[in-house]
Amino acid sequence: MSDKIKKPESMKDAMTHYCPGCGHGLVHRIICEVIDDLDIREKTVAVAPVGCAVLAYDYWDFDTAEAAHGRTPAVATGIKRVLPDRLVFTYQGDGDLAAIGTSEIIHAGNRGENISIIFVNNGVYGMTGGQMAPTTILGQTTATSPYTRRPEKEGNPLKITEMMAVLPGVKYLERTTLTNPKEVINTKKAVRKSFELQLQGKGFSMVEILSPCPTYWGLNPVASMKRIEEEVIKTYPLGVIKDEN
Amino acid sequence: MKIKYLSTGNEACGEGAIRAGCRFYAGYPITPQNELTAYMSRRMEEEKGTFIQAESELAAINMVFGASLTGARAMTSSSSPGISLKQEGISYLAGAELPSVIVNVMRGGPGLGNIAASQSDYFQSTKGGGHGDYHIIVLAPSSVQEMFDLTYDAFALADKYRIPVMILADGMLGQMMEPLEFDDNIQPRGIVPKEWALTGAEGREPQSIKSLLLGPGVLERHNEKLQRIYREISENDTVWKEHYTDDAEKIIVAYGSVSRIALSCVSAMRQEGCKIGLFDPKTLWPFPYKRIRDLAGGGAKFLVTEMSSGQMLEDVRLAVQDDARISFYGRMAGGIPEEKVIIERLKAM
Repeated sequence: MSDKIKKPESMKDAMTHYCPGCGHGLVHRIICEVIDDLDIREKTVAVAPVGCAVLAYDYWDFDTAEAAHGRTPAVATGIKRVLPDRLVFTYQGDGDLAAIGTSEIIHAGNRGENISIIFVNNGVYGMTGGQMAPTTILGQTTATSPYTRRPEKEGNPLKITEMMAVLPGVKYLERTTLTNPKEVINTKKAVRKSFELQLQGKGFSMVEILSPCPTYWGLNPVASMKRIEEEVIKTYPLGVIKDEN
Repeated sequence: MKIKYLSTGNEACGEGAIRAGCRFYAGYPITPQNELTAYMSRRMEEEKGTFIQAESELAAINMVFGASLTGARAMTSSSSPGISLKQEGISYLAGAELPSVIVNVMRGGPGLGNIAASQSDYFQSTKGGGHGDYHIIVLAPSSVQEMFDLTYDAFALADKYRIPVMILADGMLGQMMEPLEFDDNIQPRGIVPKEWALTGAEGREPQSIKSLLLGPGVLERHNEKLQRIYREISENDTVWKEHYTDDAEKIIVAYGSVSRIALSCVSAMRQEGCKIGLFDPKTLWPFPYKRIRDLAGGGAKFLVTEMSSGQMLEDVRLAVQDDARISFYGRMAGGIPEEKVIIERLKAM
């Protein structure tokens, strides 16, 4: 039992800067557990985003690179083409992936780059103060949608994972969440599957993880989890979106 | 064995990169550098390297960022409007100290401008371009041969100092054909160990490549280190060519295609007995301030001619420190300085 609660080897013994109840710490740990399970810590190169997870390289104990905001999949493409036998994954938030980096994610998927994308969707820009994200759901108030997100003014939430499904180069897409132990285990399974597909040379895959942001949702951590289960998944249903394996 | 053939400047640049060991190229179509992208699409496959036609210039420069951080020699190319898009990536490359080569085959601007040869990106290339306190090395070829030679050299310089290097050419140099000659057995030079590269942390501590330095004073110390490197480059790797400057009373300062026109003027006027010389900077950053200052100390006058409103002119003014001895003749947006006008200006000085 004591084995199970140890810090993963792939995780540094560091205090994170994340707010109480934030999902990033959980996702970081899930990734580290999968890397440990697959015994690939010494053959992994991760690309961190710009956004709340910009300091991921302070928490992960494997090789990590920075990328300019949204260019994360382009940087991963460069790394993977030179080092095809390493595990290369990006870790991106919704602003990084679905706003400024829309072009890079779609074209990396369309080229069928053999990389993994961990997409953490919390529906706001956390790092800059809770502004509206492309994935902010209708009716949600943010720093830059004070009258809530309205389809006629701010547009609809962008379902980028569903958009990616039409691309033949994209082999596996799944949306998961972190709201209870079962969902956490499910997320871990999805991340593991994405990494395994890459190691087998199967091509591009992405796991979208619905994650809480208590600070900018104005809710406590428990209520944030409840909001995902009761509201967010109505816009972003959980499950496998594409699996061609 | 020497091989010799007719090549465009764009293709000579591509071959120079391949001979320097570049095996990663990402680019996006834009005139007047398209021959280079097309050349790399063919040659990279032959050399078992990587060619990617990226979705944008932003993606291309960031693919180079990714390839470079693994230790590979990597290059991208574009022309003026596309180079503007790459500035974000160039700033990150400079901040993260990633060696890389960027080719700018300049065209007319601002905006979409036109597709004629121009030298109006001098400020952008030599004074920053992207955000932050940084420099990149800027090399200025004047012939198809130098498109090959300087691109070949660029990779060794980039690795030596962990810095992006730009080949600043223009549409005329990119498109024109001239004889190109090199040793078929030429090998990559200046290969250095890259213990900083990310390859997976096998048998070593994990490491990061980043430009984000948040701690108190950390970024300032990093920037001070960059400035020390820039001073070292200025001291050791400032390069220029001189023609007939020994006894010259008047010296033309010109780079790239324009230096070729200027050299014709020097030859013509020397035949008339006029003591004219040519100063052709090969590094625009670092700029050869000291050598020009020395030439000015000998009492020479200077005519700066370039395909811009007077961008390199500002560096010559900084070097000479005496505007009364400097004349300027510039053409913009596809205009090419004419021999006849250069000679008139020299005679009027």
